[in-house]
Amino acid sequence: MEISLAAEKIAHIGSFPITNAMLTSWIGGVILITFAIVATRRMKLIPSGIQNVFEFAIEALYNTANGVLDDEKATKKYFPLVATLFLFIIFNNWLGLVPGVGTIGVHELVHGKEIIVPLFRSGNADLNMTLALAITTVLSIQIFGIAAIGVFKYGKKFLNFSNPINFVVGILELIGEISRIISFSFRLFGNVFAGEVLLTVIAFIVPFIAPLPFYGLELFVGFIQALVFTMLTLVFIKSAITDHEVHEEATAH
Amino acid sequence: MDAESMSSIAAAAAIAIGAIGPALAIGMIGGKGLEAIGRNPEAAGKIQGPMILAIAFAEAISIYALVIALIIKFV
Repeated sequence: MEISLAAEKIAHIGSFPITNAMLTSWIGGVILITFAIVATRRMKLIPSGIQNVFEFAIEALYNTANGVLDDEKATKKYFPLVATLFLFIIFNNWLGLVPGVGTIGVHELVHGKEIIVPLFRSGNADLNMTLALAITTVLSIQIFGIAAIGVFKYGKKFLNFSNPINFVVGILELIGEISRIISFSFRLFGNVFAGEVLLTVIAFIVPFIAPLPFYGLELFVGFIQALVFTMLTLVFIKSAITDHEVHEEATAH
Repeated sequence: MDAESMSSIAAAAAIAIGAIGPALAIGMIGGKGLEAIGRNPEAAGKIQGPMILAIAFAEAISIYALVIALIIKFV
């Protein structure tokens, strides 16, 4: 039973290594794009078939985003990023449960021992992928905040010179912002990788029947982690685009 | 005690102790949430949303502990 924390490299393009998690996430991306093209080809006003499924998913996501952001215009602006995050993460998580992922591999000689290097691995079980998602999200939140309320008002949240206490609070906010990158990436990576290790260990101990409830758990966890990532992004966007001074004036009365 | 067995004990202790806090936290959050739903069943939808969010925040801490345990064991 071989468990590797880092995603294994399976190929090289020139000097750029391709890991098995990268390959699986590419396959997930291709599947998503194919679904999207098939669903929106020859769109009908009254949907049926695969267009219906997609409209259901997109409408559910849109209502969730609207519920958190509370502002139709803002939802329309930020919905593409949020919906993409959700669909991408959930597809990657669930693709990692398909039979063959983690088991189909090539024999390789590593440190004198012959082990199997799997060809596929859940996309988010690679810290690089979740780190990329986290950095993209946190950067986008900053850009959305600056675009919504302007550079000076947004900067005042972090660099507040009115008062020594406010200054320290601002610095802490800045550190909190950066720690969000770590928290986003490790939450997603930890959940997905731990799920993989759990399934490997259970299948190693009792290969038949016993892994079934754990596959159920992993389906649920995959969905919840995508939902949590999306909801947290929405909540942070909401807090970034709100003008806090107006809010303070409202509560002062 | 050689290094190999010490690292195994360290990995087990990391996740065992690191899961106590989040377990208590999630229990408390769930309890308060259910209490709130019991007092006002109509607001169940509005309570569920922030509750799930708070549970995810608390769970993340236990995931950090798990990642440290995995690093100790496998790296």
